[in-house]
Amino acid sequence: MEEGVVNEILQGPLREVFDSTQLLTDVSGSGNNWAVGHLTYGLAYREQIVDKLRRAAEHCDCLQGFFIIHSMGGGTGSGLGTRVLSLLEEEFPSVSRIVTAIYPSTEDDVITSPYNSVLAMRELSEHADCVLPVENQSLLDIVNKIKVMADGAKPGSVIKRDSTIISGQGGLTGPEKPFDAMNNIVANLLLNITSSARFEGSLNTDLNEIAMNLVPFPRLHYLVPSLTPLYTLADVSVPSRRLDQMFSDAFNKDHQLIRADPKHSLYLACALMVRGNVQVSDLRRNIERLRPTLPFVSWNQEGWKTGLCSVPPVGHSHSLLALANNTCVKPTFIELRERFNKLYRKKAHLHHYLHVEGMEQSLFSEAVASLSSLIDEYQLLDASKGRLTPDAARLSIAT
Amino acid sequence: MSVVSVQLGQCGNQVGQELFDVLCSDAQDGQRNKYRAISCERFFHQTDRGELEARAVLIDMEPKVINRCVSRATKCSRWSYGSSSHFSQKQGSGNNWANGFCVHGPRHRDVVEEMVRREVERCDRLSGLMALMSVAGGTGSGFGTYLTQCLRDAYPTSFIINHLTWPYSTGEVIVQNYNSVLTLARLYQLSDAIVVHENDTVHKICSQLLNIKHISFSDVNRVIAQQLGGILQPAFTTHSHGFYSRSPIDELVSSLACHPEYKLLSVSSIPQMPSSSIAFTTFSWPGLLKHLRQMLISNTKMEEGIDWQVRPPSGAGCTGSGFNRSVANLLILRGKDVYSTETSGFEEPSLYSSWLPSVEALNVWKCPVPFHKYEKSATLVSNSQALLRPLDHIVAKAWNMFASRAYIHQYIRYGISEEDFLDGFTALEQVISSYKQLC
Ligand SMILES: Nc1nc2c(ncn2[C@@H]2O[C@H](COP(=O)(O)OP(=O)(O)OP(=O)(O)O)[C@@H](O)[C@H]2O)c(=O)[nH]1
Ligand SMILES: Nc1nc2c(ncn2[C@@H]2O[C@H](COP(=O)(O)OP(=O)(O)O)[C@@H](O)[C@H]2O)c(=O)[nH]1
Ligand SMILES: [Mg+2]
Repeated sequence: MEEGVVNEILQGPLREVFDSTQLLTDVSGSGNNWAVGHLTYGLAYREQIVDKLRRAAEHCDCLQGFFIIHSMGGGTGSGLGTRVLSLLEEEFPSVSRIVTAIYPSTEDDVITSPYNSVLAMRELSEHADCVLPVENQSLLDIVNKIKVMADGAKPGSVIKRDSTIISGQGGLTGPEKPFDAMNNIVANLLLNITSSARFEGSLNTDLNEIAMNLVPFPRLHYLVPSLTPLYTLADVSVPSRRLDQMFSDAFNKDHQLIRADPKHSLYLACALMVRGNVQVSDLRRNIERLRPTLPFVSWNQEGWKTGLCSVPPVGHSHSLLALANNTCVKPTFIELRERFNKLYRKKAHLHHYLHVEGMEQSLFSEAVASLSSLIDEYQLLDASKGRLTPDAARLSIAT
Repeated sequence: MSVVSVQLGQCGNQVGQELFDVLCSDAQDGQRNKYRAISCERFFHQTDRGELEARAVLIDMEPKVINRCVSRATKCSRWSYGSSSHFSQKQGSGNNWANGFCVHGPRHRDVVEEMVRREVERCDRLSGLMALMSVAGGTGSGFGTYLTQCLRDAYPTSFIINHLTWPYSTGEVIVQNYNSVLTLARLYQLSDAIVVHENDTVHKICSQLLNIKHISFSDVNRVIAQQLGGILQPAFTTHSHGFYSRSPIDELVSSLACHPEYKLLSVSSIPQMPSSSIAFTTFSWPGLLKHLRQMLISNTKMEEGIDWQVRPPSGAGCTGSGFNRSVANLLILRGKDVYSTETSGFEEPSLYSSWLPSVEALNVWKCPVPFHKYEKSATLVSNSQALLRPLDHIVAKAWNMFASRAYIHQYIRYGISEEDFLDGFTALEQVISSYKQLC
């Protein structure tokens, strides 16, 4: 709703990729206000949005899903983005909706981001099939880690050119903008999610398998992504150790795309989507090796979903995307709620929202209640961790 | 007589393609005219240009797997798939049995049934239908179950067997146990016999017996295909009076699935070794059969790590520790000196349930043509307690998950209710109980 960004893309090297009739812009932006995006623009552009969505869908011979990509902290993405999400649900109820949501860091530039995020969270919990939460701070940490590695390269650990997940490998490169490196990580995430549906492999994973395998209960659909390797070393002497390292890294704190520690929380389910020259025996070896160190919920002790796609990403021999349905998202949500409450107790900035036609204070309280109940659901599962749960008594057969 | 195969889903198609490859190369190996003719008639028909075309229908809800199978078969240039006998859509069933069974099944029923009908009409005489699939995904398991039901209706008097691949126990599909329960419970009502390969077991054979370092699905599938080939290729059967038997499916079912409560068949074979070692090994029938017999009674699927302590219980008593009791066994011997082999070790009444006399419980097929590089080889198809433990694990894990109702909403969305799950559990508990109480 602020045409600058879209115009910039249209002048950039990717202008050919986008269909100019499918753009929708306004001039004034949403002022980092969820209500403006969700309600004002949501109402004003409803027809146009639906039209464009239908048109885009008509061009597909098999519509497999929608990717919705937006930040949680601003006004347009979080407000209008979640509006689009519910429009999609109305228009295409059976097509899956996968949201990549950028969560604000603690020191965020947007003061109202806690409001916007909590208001948007409710929409995501109710209308998305899966949400892949990504935190800018985590992206930044990964970018810095790679840069340090690239600058201080010791002999023997030189990074292969164009093999990091922050370089726009294969894409068009121009002068770098501040978010470019970080956004490339997100782009790689989306590439890897869809790779198995696009390329052949010995164990394919279509888009609809992700929610089916990873979402045991409708609202618990937040899947923490991690990508490995972050780069490929130019030295290729120890391939199989590097392969196993890739699997280990996927579970480490510093490879997650949100600040979270899955290993010390509880897994409800986990997907490993592998690309490149990796066989089923490599998968088995690594699952068996890692399983004892990872806590899984009692009714899903073997909660692994795996995919093998034979085509690796450009610049790599293999790669791994892990998606974890894990209670480690809870601290992020709790922190968000705290920051929300800090503002809300003082009624800070509230009037900017309540001015907006259709916005009521009850939407705030309902949104935070929705978030609280989500946190409680994760809490309940966390509490079951380590407790010995007896197997359910089996059905008995009269003989 | 001929067999029409239906390959369903990724697994079913990949296994099926490997199977036809094994069948074709075995039939065309060396001087074996009669054997070749019968094998080819059984599994292939000849096109106008004299080329072999598999009697198979390929089905998947996504295009990639079938495209690869078809092009691989064409590339090997010994045989191919018929150009109009494959059916695929754009997106898979998403590992959701309900999606395959309730949505894709009814939607594509007509097209697919018509394809099968065309294959059946190409056969001079039909020995039976064989559906190959995994139980863990959505297409093979869900659509496969639906199609088996349709075929049962369309061919009420033909034999229908299912070849099922059971998933690795540490999963690749998280809802695999649900999908397995729903599949097995229904197939138990529909199928004449259910032949099972467990991925865990076959994987072990690849690593421990065949010494393969990086095991791929194609290695696993090759082992499965070879074991199936050992069963399905021509042989002299008990009733074939010195000729090659005409109807493998028919005789397989009547030898092994004599009681509707018991129709789970497992397969083991001997020898299995890297081809580089074959030349340096001599085989004797008594040695091979002694191993195979102990594999049977101690329920080991490999000739390595056999527990030689296990013995059939003497006297009454249902169980001996670790003893695997059989309902019926089919022993298939191929290669040199088959006619003079002694198979009485498999005839002992103590191996079998008390209600079926051991002369009926054991069938032996023989064929002097060696199979797959082995001068002598034996395949055992067994209707026994061998699959009891893995079946029990599948049901236990599914039941545990069901107790918390996890993932159930995904099935309800497509029309499978909690009640349907309970019916499935009940049916399989019954099967488990029957096999447990075998004596
Ligand atoms: N032995 C063997 N097992 C396989 C193969 N491919 C898949 N599987 C097993 O099959 C199960 C997964 O089912 P698939 O056959 O991939 O599923 P599908 O029937 O295509 O169904 P959807 O993909 O859900 O539409 C897992 O247990 C895999 O281990 C194969 O080539 N060989
Ligand atoms: N990773 C990433 N985060 C961004 C980018 N642009 C904005 N953000 C974050 O998004 C939030 C602000 O929302 P923004 O998308 O600018 O607002 P909107 O345009 O009103 O939806 C802040 O948390 C920013 O740090 C980007 O290109 N990449
Ligand atoms: Mg599939």
